[in-house]
Formats: sequence, structure tokens, C-alpha cells
Amino acid sequence: MGINRLDFFKVLGLTGVSLAFGGKLNARQTKADQPELENEDQTEFVGILYDSTRCVGCQECEIVCAKTHGLPEPVDEPNPDIVRKTNETRRTVVNLYETTKDAMLVKTQCMHCNEPACASACLTQAMFKTKEGPVIWREDKCMGCRYCMVSCPYDVPKFEYHSSNPKIIKCDMCFDRVNEGSVPACVENCPAEALTFGTRRELIAEARRRINNDPDLYYDGIYGEHEAGGTGVLYISAVPFEELGLNTSLQKKSYPELTKGFLYSVPSIFILWPAVLLGMFKATKNNQNQEEND
Amino acid sequence: MINTEQILAKDNDGKPVWKFLVSELKPRGKYFTPFNIISVPIILIGLVLIVIRFIYGIGSVTNLTQEVPWGLWIGFDVVTGVAFAGGAYVITFMVYILNIKKYHSIVRVTVLNGFLAYVFYAGALLLDLGKPWNVINPIIGNNFGVSSVLFLVAWHFMLYMIAQLIEFSPAIAEWIGAKRARKILSSMTIAAVIFGITLSTLHQSGLGALYLMAKEKIHPLWYSEFIPILFFVSSIFAGLSMVIFEGSISQKVFSDQISEKNHKAHNGILHGLSKICAVTMFVYFFMQILTFIHGKRWNFIDTPMGYWYLTEMIGFVLLPMMLYYFSFRANNLFLIKLASIITMIGIIINRLNVTIIGFRWDAANPYYPSWMEIVVTLTVLFIEIWIFRWIVRRLPVLSESPSWVEEND
Repeated sequence: MGINRLDFFKVLGLTGVSLAFGGKLNARQTKADQPELENEDQTEFVGILYDSTRCVGCQECEIVCAKTHGLPEPVDEPNPDIVRKTNETRRTVVNLYETTKDAMLVKTQCMHCNEPACASACLTQAMFKTKEGPVIWREDKCMGCRYCMVSCPYDVPKFEYHSSNPKIIKCDMCFDRVNEGSVPACVENCPAEALTFGTRRELIAEARRRINNDPDLYYDGIYGEHEAGGTGVLYISAVPFEELGLNTSLQKKSYPELTKGFLYSVPSIFILWPAVLLGMFKATKNNQNQEEND
Repeated sequence: MINTEQILAKDNDGKPVWKFLVSELKPRGKYFTPFNIISVPIILIGLVLIVIRFIYGIGSVTNLTQEVPWGLWIGFDVVTGVAFAGGAYVITFMVYILNIKKYHSIVRVTVLNGFLAYVFYAGALLLDLGKPWNVINPIIGNNFGVSSVLFLVAWHFMLYMIAQLIEFSPAIAEWIGAKRARKILSSMTIAAVIFGITLSTLHQSGLGALYLMAKEKIHPLWYSEFIPILFFVSSIFAGLSMVIFEGSISQKVFSDQISEKNHKAHNGILHGLSKICAVTMFVYFFMQILTFIHGKRWNFIDTPMGYWYLTEMIGFVLLPMMLYYFSFRANNLFLIKLASIITMIGIIINRLNVTIIGFRWDAANPYYPSWMEIVVTLTVLFIEIWIFRWIVRRLPVLSESPSWVEEND
């Protein structure tokens, strides 16, 4: 059998590289499974609780958001006939929906998933889940491929299509302010206290408390507790969430989970394929030599 | 020794390489061919559009929306183009790994095609990037997003281009007459082939895996967890159909380059490839049926998208599969070529169904490519063909290697 020393080392080298690379990959993925354990300092993810029953639709959140991030202030108002959408000039919008219980308001922005599809999709980690919880976008790393937009189940990241040096625009939960110990601008300025900032654990407890204290007012459920593997922004409201235009058909597993099977198979293929191919090459080569000798 | 003078020039006897290269740059052949008359104006318009795109942004040329961020340039140029370039890894697998000598005469042209396809489709990718100057970030480690399928695909594109260049490099060495370089480069072929096939397996399926996270966005008739496997299997016959199609054209257009022996052998090659296509298409069709049943897709059949799905599966998979099989049995070359064209249309339809037609099929304002996107796509395609033609006319791709190359490698 004709495996000589050189070929042996070639296979060995390839195997080693794949093992090293694969190991790193696996390690990362396992960490993502348990977000709570990810940080050695036991930092908990922060989030925002939005209580639709308290919202008055004053758009103060939109206005301060625009001011904080240097974007134009909103010129239109919540209107039940039009679904206003976030875009490259606004990171958050409030919409009005006619529901089974009166007209209801709902604020939309980035959901800050526990395991964000956008961050796992980003090949440069420009889209990044911070250990504090906010999902941020880092301009110096981004190549503008827009794979985050393809992957995000909430269609949150927006792209400046009419710029020669485009940015991805999305809510970053005012990460700079949060880092300084402050709260996001929208939370701070909400006159109706419809927005609450805190750790995700506290917010879920608070949401449960409100629902339990007034079961007649609230619909029994917290949107974002399990959707897409859990999100940093949580919603409670008086009506089922699909009536507020929130997508309730999203899977409960996190979205990066969907590519895990494929990514896990990569190291094994990198180990097996070259070895198999080299074996086949040697086998057919020997055959041919025999034929020639016969 | 038919033409001593030419061989001497190529042997590089005392003549500096750069002088030789400059002399090779001069165009050959007629200026006013139908292809030139069509392609030159389109390329000129396309180049202007590319300039506009870089000054005023992607939105000034494309119809992309915030809901549909990937359009024709990704769905057709990259995803479909790479599937068609799959012929290179299949042919190198058969020739170098399985040692089937029959296909040896088409290795170089197939690898060249594959290489150019990757260079140009990766080039088209740069047009689609908002910040193309940051394209080096995932390579230099700013940062390594290893949990991203796109990271894998990007690295594989780059590595596979290098592997293909190594596979093709003996032809370049023969062209400039670098005997020693040729010896070293051809000794690297088998390693490049093994590496290249591994990379191809992963990134052909990886292109499908890119869309796995868009679970709710792609029509359920085209979304399944098996997209990567379906993409990989279909890349085999997509690539081979391209080899059949391109080979049939090259036999006519470059007939002056092809030796009598290879010209005759070509029919046998097509015959062999048609069998492989028929078998792999059968496997693919079977997988599609399994996916269909597994995904409980019956509910979607009696809708417009359902009819479109049936058209794709029956008209552009089952039909060309049977056509390949019968033309193989009857050894009918015309039918083989016809089957290859239908298969290629089917692959285009399939890839576009996943990436564009089925992507956000329910959007309020659906995406249609603008005429400018189509012109830029054609520009990329035409420039590629120009370069291909330039290389084939000069390098020993279809023509025989110079006489100083030893036999049997």
C-alpha cells in the first residue's frame, strides 16, 4: 500500500488543522447555548419591558431616540390604517392597532435576542451580542454584506442603500448610556412609564407580577420570553400579541440553532474527506500501475 | 516539431518574459463578431452603472429593499454561478482521484472555467458589499465570526480560488515556457485537488446553509433543513451540464485549438457525462420527494407557488433527467445537449426560487431586479467570457501542451 511519509504528514496536518478549528467552533457554540454561564463575572443580560397598556402613543420615545442618535425627528403619527416601520432614519416606531379590545399601541425596535441570528450570521462580529445584553453594530468591522438582515427573524437591521459608505441602522439599547450606568433614552423619557429597564430576570418577574395583579386587564403571556430563544425586549399587553402585529409564529428555539447542524458537520468533513480522497487516489493509482505492469 | 519558431518563443530562449507577455496582450481574431457587437455596448453601460453604484450607493442601481436585502447579484451571480462552477471539482475528482483518463482532455478547460467563475462571482460579490474595503476583515481577524456560515463560505471561496489556480498553473508555466516551475507546480496538483474537492463539498452546501436562518422568509416549498444537501447534490449535475454546454460551444468556436484526437473523444465524454447527470439527478429528485413528504408540503401544492414548484420539479428535474437517461441509452448527442440546457435553466430556477422568488414571496412590495442589475450581471458574465476567450487562444487549455512537456502526467 502506497502511503509514504510525505502523504502521511499531509493527512496528519490537515486533520490537526480541522481539529483545532473544529474545536474552537464547538467551544463557541456550546457557550452560546448557555448565555447565563457565558460571562465569568456572572453579568446578567439587561433588557426593556414594554407595557402596551400604559403606552399613550406620545412618540416621546421616537423623538428622544432620534435626538440621541442624530436622526431626523418623526413627522408622522401612529395611525391604525398604516403600519409604520423602522428604517434607516428611525430606530424605533410606535404603531396603533385596532384590536378586539379598543385601539392599542405597540412600540417596535430591535428585540436584543439572547442568541441573536444577526450576530451569529455576521462573519466579522460587527453585529455583536455584548455581555451586558444589548446587540450592537460596530462600523469598523462591517463589510455591508447584509447577511444580518437576511437572518433576523424580526427584520430589524436596516441598511443605508443610498450611501457610498452605508451603515446598518438598528436600536442598540443605547449601549453607551447603559455602559455609563444610565438607562436607554426612550426608557428615561417615557412619561407614561410604559418602558422599564432592568435585568431580564427582574423584568420577567415584574411582568408576571403585573399580569397576576390585574388578570382582567392583561393577556396572560410575555412576548419575548421564549420567542426566538428569548429576547431582551419583553412585551405585555391587553390583547393576544398577534393583534399587535407581533409575529407569534416564530420558533421557540434560537435561530442560530438552525445552522448548528451544518456547522458541526464541517470539522468532520474536513477530517474525513481528505483522508477518503487520498485513499481513493492511492487505490486507483495502484490499480493503474498493476494494469500497466500486466 | 511542426512549428519550430513558435516552440522556441514559448521555450523562452533568451527572450525576456515580459516582452513575450506584452506580445501576447495584443488581440487576436476578428473584431466584429456577433458576440463582440452585443457584449461591448453592454459592458460599457455596465461599467458606468458600477461607477454610479460606488458614488451614490447600492440603492441607486438596484431595487433591493429593507425586507429583501439580497437580490439578483447574490441570487444569480453568486449562488447560481457557483453551482455552475461545480463542474471543476467533479471532473478533477474523476480524473485525478478515480483516475478515469477519458476525461483528462477537458480537465484544464473545466478548471479554468471554474476558476474564472469564482473570480468573477466573488468580484460581483464586492459590488454588492456596502463596505467592500472591509472585505479583508474576516481574513485578517477583525474579527473571525466563526459561528457564521458566511464566514465559512468566504474563506472557502478564497482558498478554493487558490487551489484552482494551483490546479491550472501548469498551463501558465507551459505558456511562458517555465520548465522547472511547471514541474514543481504539477507536483502540487493532487494536493490542490483533494483540498479543492473538500472545500467544494462544504461551500456548495454552505451556500444553501446561508439561507437556513431565513426560516419564515422562504416559501415552505423551498425551505427545508436539507437545503445544504440539496444544493450540494444539485451542484454535481449543474456543473456537469455546464461542462457539456460549454464544451459543445468550445468545440465549434475553438475548433482550431483542438486536436483531431480530442475532438473525436469529445462525443464519448459527453456520453459518459450524461450518465452521471442522469444518476445524480435521480438521487436529487428522490431527495426532493423525501423533503416534500417530510415537510408535509401537500397543502401548498394547489396554489400558484405550488404549480411553480411542480413546474420546476417535473419540467426541469424529472424531464431532463429522463432526457439524459434516454440520450445516454440511444447515444444521441443532440438530446444530451438539449438536456444540459434544460437542466441549467432548472438550476437557475431552483436557485432563484430559494434566493429571490420564494424569498419574501408574501412581501407587500416584492423585489424585482432593476434593468441596471441585469446589465451589471451581464457585464460580469461578458467580461468573464472575454477573459476566457483570451486565455484559451493563448494558453494550452484546449490545445496540446508544448512538446517539451513529458507524457503521462
